[in-house]
Amino acid sequence: MESEQIIFYILSFWFVTSSLLMIFSRNAAKAVLFLVLVFFSAASIWILLEAEFLAITLILVYVGAVMVLFLFVIKMLNIDKSTLRAKFTGYLPLGLVVAAIVAAEMSLVLGANQFGLDVFSSPTRHDAGYSNITVLAMQLYTTYVYPFELAAVLLLTAIIAAITLVHRNDTSHKKQSISEQVNVQAKDRVRLVSITLPSKEDK
Amino acid sequence: MVSLSSYLMLSNVIFCIGLVGIFVNRTNIITLLMCVELILVAVNTNFVAFSHFLGNEAGQIFVFFVLTVAAAEVAIGLAILTLLFRNRGSISVDVTNSLKG
Repeated sequence: MESEQIIFYILSFWFVTSSLLMIFSRNAAKAVLFLVLVFFSAASIWILLEAEFLAITLILVYVGAVMVLFLFVIKMLNIDKSTLRAKFTGYLPLGLVVAAIVAAEMSLVLGANQFGLDVFSSPTRHDAGYSNITVLAMQLYTTYVYPFELAAVLLLTAIIAAITLVHRNDTSHKKQSISEQVNVQAKDRVRLVSITLPSKEDK
Repeated sequence: MVSLSSYLMLSNVIFCIGLVGIFVNRTNIITLLMCVELILVAVNTNFVAFSHFLGNEAGQIFVFFVLTVAAAEVAIGLAILTLLFRNRGSISVDVTNSLKG
């Protein structure tokens, strides 16, 4: 067995093991940490497949931003563990049956007869001067430039949607309302009361 | 030499683990979102494997966009989750049944 196969099987073992630990862990924070391990294994597999840029992106964006967001939400919400795990095993048999059927069907399609080495031979490795980032950037900024800009708009929409959903008007402290200050009129501030002075004859 | 079939079977296994996770953790929305992430990673591994073996970079571009959409999905999903917790005091799926007839 050559080294590439050994590395592949070690990485696959950790990939599968950490994802199993993730779905069966009772603590949501632990599940997030196992998902981080899943992402690291996936990134290693992608580096084995010469997709260096995506592997680094997966670690930087997912482990660095998305998983930290998950951890923040879990710590902020203070979830009651006992209610969440009440029906832990209730649907496990059904889930296993469905997953087994899906796995069996996909194995029939994706087996070595269709996608083995004799059908898809392993491509030769690129030399040291090959830059995955350059190749991806050439594609991304020429052929796929409009989808790229659409992705930027999508992220902007996500930012606005997330802020709009969670933001609430805080009434716990005093703050300025600039528009009210600018639009103020004299009659809002000073009320002139006409007073009729009592005449001297009334005394 | 690792064949394309090995990579596809690996992502097949990860996909099914994510599927089981959705069944098992169906009361916890946070873990449900994490299982969806697991499924997306499996699909992305498929894309990267085909991109490598066919010598076509379009597969990696697809993974790029899938990552973008998944990040946006997680951001909005967690925002909705925070809102749900603020209004209901719980994020269990069982209490979000007010639309039930």
